Amino acid sequence: MAKDETHRAIEAVFRIERARLIATLARMTRDVDRAEELAQEALLIALTEWPKSGVPDKPGAWLTAAAKRRLIDGARHEAMRTRKQAEIARELDEEPDMRVEAVEAAIDDPLGDELLGLIFAACHPVISPEARAALTLRLVGGLTVEEIARAFLSNDAAVAARITRAKKAIAKAGVQFEVPRGAELTARLGSVLEVIYLIFNEGYAATTGPSLVRPPLCAEAQRLARILAGLMPEQPEVLGLLALVEIQASRLAARAGPDGRFVPLTEQNRARWDQLLIRRGLNALARAEALDGADGPYALQAALAACHARARSAEETDWVRIAALYDRLGRAMPSPVVELNRAVAYSMAFGPEAGLRLVDAIADAAALRHYAPLPAARGDFLFRAGRTDEARAQFEAAAALSGNERERDFLLARAAACAP
Amino acid sequence: MRVMVFVKATEDSEKGLPPTEDMTAMFEAMGKFNEELVNAGVMVDGDGLKPSSHGKRIAFDGPNRSVIDGPFAETRELVAGYWVWEVKDMDEAVAWAKRCPNPMPGPSELEIRPFYEMEDFGDALTPELAEQEQKLRERLSGE
Repeated sequence: MAKDETHRAIEAVFRIERARLIATLARMTRDVDRAEELAQEALLIALTEWPKSGVPDKPGAWLTAAAKRRLIDGARHEAMRTRKQAEIARELDEEPDMRVEAVEAAIDDPLGDELLGLIFAACHPVISPEARAALTLRLVGGLTVEEIARAFLSNDAAVAARITRAKKAIAKAGVQFEVPRGAELTARLGSVLEVIYLIFNEGYAATTGPSLVRPPLCAEAQRLARILAGLMPEQPEVLGLLALVEIQASRLAARAGPDGRFVPLTEQNRARWDQLLIRRGLNALARAEALDGADGPYALQAALAACHARARSAEETDWVRIAALYDRLGRAMPSPVVELNRAVAYSMAFGPEAGLRLVDAIADAAALRHYAPLPAARGDFLFRAGRTDEARAQFEAAAALSGNERERDFLLARAAACAP
Repeated sequence: MRVMVFVKATEDSEKGLPPTEDMTAMFEAMGKFNEELVNAGVMVDGDGLKPSSHGKRIAFDGPNRSVIDGPFAETRELVAGYWVWEVKDMDEAVAWAKRCPNPMPGPSELEIRPFYEMEDFGDALTPELAEQEQKLRERLSGE
């Protein structure tokens, strides 16, 4: 094998191990930056050793052992400088056996607790949701700062600063790299699910920029949701979120037309929906429901997505069932945005007037003041009720509020179609 | 990216299931590997296939179709099982495939093939072609 090829192969192995390696090291050092550095040093050692010795049987344990040795060496050197490092050095020295087998036994972590601990730390509520997303993509997804910046259409410096602030906030709050228990688990899990869904949505319904969807970001979120569902198979809302992102992602290819234009759900070519993802989503939803999780906010949203996934054509959509699911979602997760979607469902199930009645009830909600989907929905109801003049004004207002160029084109086209 | 990983058939796999004790050991090793794949968010789908003696081929030649019953020769070209994985790149797929326990009692092979993705079609799917497809769909649905 050529040298480059060998290096690429080693780096691929490293990428597979990286998140768990950082998780183990962060738990030892209580310092994410140091954990990342040590992981990087372990990679450099592997790049010199493995071309000679071959990739070891337990590459994860090997890398952990190498990083741990570096940590001890470093700590010994610095032992006199600070007490904290001296303590760490002593603690580590008390662990007698540093051979790969011993490390492997010590990190015998069939439950994936360490990786979970890292995910919970990166998604800790002391950090803002955007910074949580960036830190999770960096530490767990293994994306570079440049990749994250590109994904969020931000610049490298801003993302790097956001990650640095997030790490400082974790250190300052004394966040443990452990999986929370009991009541705290429920609260903290909500924060983790929120981050994964935020990442997904930024890929699925890009709020800014020229392209409507950014599939790589969706893929990252799906991967995170799958990892979480693998590690927490008994948590119904984890399965609910997994179901939701799998089913929504099944429509990625159909959501944007070949010219990049937005194609609404009812007009999508359903032959382009990814049946494998739909099947995975329906399966995850069934598991969530079997765990008594049918009324969780994510499971309900997944159930809504599933209604569309099951309909072979737009005409076959069971809007009455969708309207009933929105009634339940409105109780599980009251929000003006849910009410708006409930209005859309009612308009489809019971006619545009039913939609208008519901949408008028939330017209003054502060959260919807600059929210393009509100006038877009009202425009649609008015259009279908034959009130085209009023509809046009609503579509134009919606276009003025939309930050996405493709969505704006779509709304302006609908406004133009209101001409008498 | 999405890849399909084929477990290529061998003379052993073409004979059908191995003796129970061998099978238990294989299931155990493969189960552990599959669990790793699931926990890494890599595995999307996968299953094993019966020997080609249970299979059929449909041969096309112009307007003619003929059905050929298995088993089929060229054992090395047959498939005994598959996975669908989501990975970042082929390097990652190769790294995972190397971790797979040998799926067969003797020498065997895995083959990794990437799926076509939206962007692979690129300019081939022009707006004109898309419009044509749309018209065809409308005709089919009787609009």
